[in-house]
Amino acid sequence: MSFVSRGFRGRRRTDISPARVPPGQYVTADFPVLSAGPTPHPSLELWDFSIVGELEEPRRWNWEEFRALPSEEIIRDIHCVTKWSKLDTVWQGVSVDALLEGIETSAEYVTQYSDGGYTTNLPLEDITGGKAWVVFAYGGQPLQPEHGGPARMLVPHLYFWKSAKWLRSLRLQSTDEPGFWETNGYHNYGDPWHEQRYSGD
Amino acid sequence: MARTALLGRLTWQLAELVDIMAETPRVKTILLDVRGWPGHRAGQHVDVRLTAEDGYQAERSYSIASAPDGTRVALTIQKLEDGEVSPYLTDELRPGDKIELRGPIGGYFVWEPSRGGPLMLVAGGSGIVPLMAIIRTRAAAGDDTETRLLYSSRTQDDVIYRGELEQLSGNGLTVVHTLTDSQPPGWTSYARRVDAEMLAEVGPRPAEQPSFYACGPTPFVEAVAEALVQLGHETRAIKTERFGPTGG
Repeated sequence: MSFVSRGFRGRRRTDISPARVPPGQYVTADFPVLSAGPTPHPSLELWDFSIVGELEEPRRWNWEEFRALPSEEIIRDIHCVTKWSKLDTVWQGVSVDALLEGIETSAEYVTQYSDGGYTTNLPLEDITGGKAWVVFAYGGQPLQPEHGGPARMLVPHLYFWKSAKWLRSLRLQSTDEPGFWETNGYHNYGDPWHEQRYSGD
Repeated sequence: MARTALLGRLTWQLAELVDIMAETPRVKTILLDVRGWPGHRAGQHVDVRLTAEDGYQAERSYSIASAPDGTRVALTIQKLEDGEVSPYLTDELRPGDKIELRGPIGGYFVWEPSRGGPLMLVAGGSGIVPLMAIIRTRAAAGDDTETRLLYSSRTQDDVIYRGELEQLSGNGLTVVHTLTDSQPPGWTSYARRVDAEMLAEVGPRPAEQPSFYACGPTPFVEAVAEALVQLGHETRAIKTERFGPTGG
């Protein structure tokens, strides 16, 4: 490292293993809120979640059906591109593997669609194999609207903008279609361990 | 939404501190010279990286406060007492010192004079910073887009850019303050948190199809955005930028 900031010592956290914190991130105990517009408040009676796109028959669950699916507790570290990381966050949700069970598709990509118009894209393999969940509870409580309730995606191995709040559908696609932040200067994949924050990183 | 052109990699650059100015007791502006700065749009931010002698690094993001002006970039920074980066930037940095920076970043919470109006800006505390970049860009371009700023501060001493906002008022810009914690004698403007009633009084009506930019702490932005939706404004016309208490 050639450049040194004169007089900067920093505050290393001695209570956290540096190996758990991706480059350029700092650990926070808070849960900051980041979103581009107003928080939607859909009614649970009208809420549904669907999987559409390249599959034989679209799948759809209303809230009751969705909540009747087998769910699990997930404890993971999360990393936001705005530089905060939060360790050992506790969620309850349905694994994407369970949602996709029995679906045959040639799709290699998936786009998440949210209430409010937000979208984000991923390779399909990044949400299968125990890597992603649709979660409805955080810290033992129903997921609050500002954190994406009633249900949001959880893809903890990528920057958190890849975990859409207010999730309403997944579209399986054969082509990759950059989503909201991905068309606004942010990285198409978003691996925090390679600091893929911005387009070109 | 316009698809932004693919950017090249945003590389870390050395920026030299040219000047440092106190804005309020807790807020300072640092003026940087960034060789090769490609210019920016109002509302964009930069990443700042500090490196200690042993190689330890800390990064944070800061909104750009200035209008595009050659290689000059101003950041306005609120010092967080238990922060890691902000106290260094506001208290340690001296003219001639360098910091590493990359940017400009962000393609959504941005404004350009061609956007049209009316424009409604709603700021809570240091959330004024990217909105000030809009106001300054508008002024520098000689743009007369009808623009209203509703700016919530705790006390009069906490109002950032107070004199400049007064100076820039007129030419289609209206500035309305609310002071939530205490007000000076003779204060005639608002003295409470921003609410739907205030937004209806100060802001354009939905029929005028205004664009909104709201920036501030999370509860502030949540309340503002919710009130605007309640008043009948288009969700898509409301752009928000929030920061939690952990900016560092």
